[in-house]
Amino acid sequence: MSGYLGLWHYWATIALSMLGLYTLIAKNNLVKKMMGLSIFQVSVIMLYVSMAKVTGGTAPILRTDIENPVYSNPLPHVLMLTAIVVGVATTAVGLSLIVRIREEYGTSEDDEIRAIDREAM
Amino acid sequence: MALISLDQVAQLGTLTYYLGGWEPPWGIEYRIDRTSALVLVVVTGIASAVIPIGPGEKSYQIPGHRHAMYYAAFLLCLCGLLGMTVTADAFNVFVFLEISSLSTYTLIGLGSNRRALTAAFNYLIMGTVGGTFYLIGVGLLYQMTGSLNMADIATRLSEMQSTRTVVVAFAFVTMGLAVKLAVFPVHQWLPNAYAYSPSAVSAFLAGTGTKVVYYLLARILMTVFGAAFVFDILGFDRLLMPISLVAMFAGSVAAIYQTDLKRLLAYSSIAQVGYLTLALSLGTTEGIAAGLLHMFNHALMKGGLFLVVACIVCRTGSSQISELGGLARRMPMTFAALIVGGFGLIGVPSTVGFISKWYLVSAALGSGSYVVAALILASSLLAVVYVWKIVEACVFGKAPEGAPQEEAPLGMLIPTWALLGATLVFGLSADFTTHAATSAAEQLSNGVKTAKLISRERRQLHAHTLAEPNAVTPAQESGQ
Repeated sequence: MSGYLGLWHYWATIALSMLGLYTLIAKNNLVKKMMGLSIFQVSVIMLYVSMAKVTGGTAPILRTDIENPVYSNPLPHVLMLTAIVVGVATTAVGLSLIVRIREEYGTSEDDEIRAIDREAM
Repeated sequence: MALISLDQVAQLGTLTYYLGGWEPPWGIEYRIDRTSALVLVVVTGIASAVIPIGPGEKSYQIPGHRHAMYYAAFLLCLCGLLGMTVTADAFNVFVFLEISSLSTYTLIGLGSNRRALTAAFNYLIMGTVGGTFYLIGVGLLYQMTGSLNMADIATRLSEMQSTRTVVVAFAFVTMGLAVKLAVFPVHQWLPNAYAYSPSAVSAFLAGTGTKVVYYLLARILMTVFGAAFVFDILGFDRLLMPISLVAMFAGSVAAIYQTDLKRLLAYSSIAQVGYLTLALSLGTTEGIAAGLLHMFNHALMKGGLFLVVACIVCRTGSSQISELGGLARRMPMTFAALIVGGFGLIGVPSTVGFISKWYLVSAALGSGSYVVAALILASSLLAVVYVWKIVEACVFGKAPEGAPQEEAPLGMLIPTWALLGATLVFGLSADFTTHAATSAAEQLSNGVKTAKLISRERRQLHAHTLAEPNAVTPAQESGQ
């Protein structure tokens, strides 16, 4: 595969991230916004992991049974472990904020919250 | 500690520490040079002024059982900010950025008004998108250079500066940091986040959060990408300068129309961030020095002013300007602090604001932008308007009925005056700050000089290779 189709993993990454950003911007419900944010973060994981793959490479575990083994780059995977943790933490903080917002406002729809705030002004 | 390290760096040069004993570029390197030592002083200084105030006053309306959480989040945030400052690893920056951001969201969410929650949520969305953009940018850089160490990236980048991946990476990294810095078009999170968080938190954030990100932006533009690439090849200054000018005016004008003291200060912060990025967009060593100087000075002023607000809220329970009436008589010490801080924002001589505006204007004149220098002075006039609005309310406004007559508690006045007194001290004898900022800027732009040299050599090389058929053409580059 060559040309633009050969870069399909980038297209997948872009599609995922745009999906996430669209959800983030367009959806009214705060929980859905949060999920959009999660999808957006996950798309970055794909970007990193796909760039770590070396053609014909194997898992980066020391092998002695093969002559001159080709290993995939393990570093992006390690980085993404951290990014996953960050993502989970962000989602947790965001969701708990939503819970508190719902307790205070009685709703988790963005436009209703704005309306309530406007009335209070 | 930070002062000691600043002194050490000034005498011995750059301090480095290899995390886990792995040498860079493989391991994570912690590195304190003159610039980061200066930022460390700012951050720890503001933090040690804000911590004693704490959430203890009942007017913060943080219930007792949440105090432990407040301190935990505060210290985590401090840790993240310090980490961002000292690390020399591009991915490590992201981790610390998220540590400090996540704890900031919780700190803002502690505000007494329920709008603090929505403000925190909006900031969470914006901040995470910004952080993720930064992450994408770092990923692309790693893909091109195979390294995460900033200095290492810089040396390797100079060979492949104009490939499209690097340009895209630059866009992502800059955009991500711009969101966190609240550069003009992406500043929407800032007013609400500052206005509804507890006052001590606002003081901490205003004094440190944006400052550290500014340092990061300067470092990444100047050392990692190199000024030659950013300004000569991409022409980023042509974008950054108008944006900064608009931010200066839009922020100040918006501040004039605010009825809430904290919101007013928050919009004024956006204008001040405009000054910072303007200094950066000049792209000269004097410009960077002026930017770092203003960063230091503005951290003191804004941190101090938000602490003044904390004092006011503590006694009157409100930060509405309409309820400030008669403050000059009711709380003379607090009012005097407010005046000092306000004069600093305008840039009256003998305050730090004057020093930083002086350097900013002379840097602008030095690079031949007379219009910019004039606009800086014009926007200071807008600052006069909004500061006068507060002063007018305090002196001539009528005190609301049953207004408390007490001065703010001593435990809050001392840190407030420590910060604002420092603005007077550094305003009168600016040797220490200007020297620190200038030497830091020189160190940052050492990278600039070498990058410029390299780019000149490359251009000559390019001129030679153009004639040869195997020279890289733009079409091939974009196909990569």
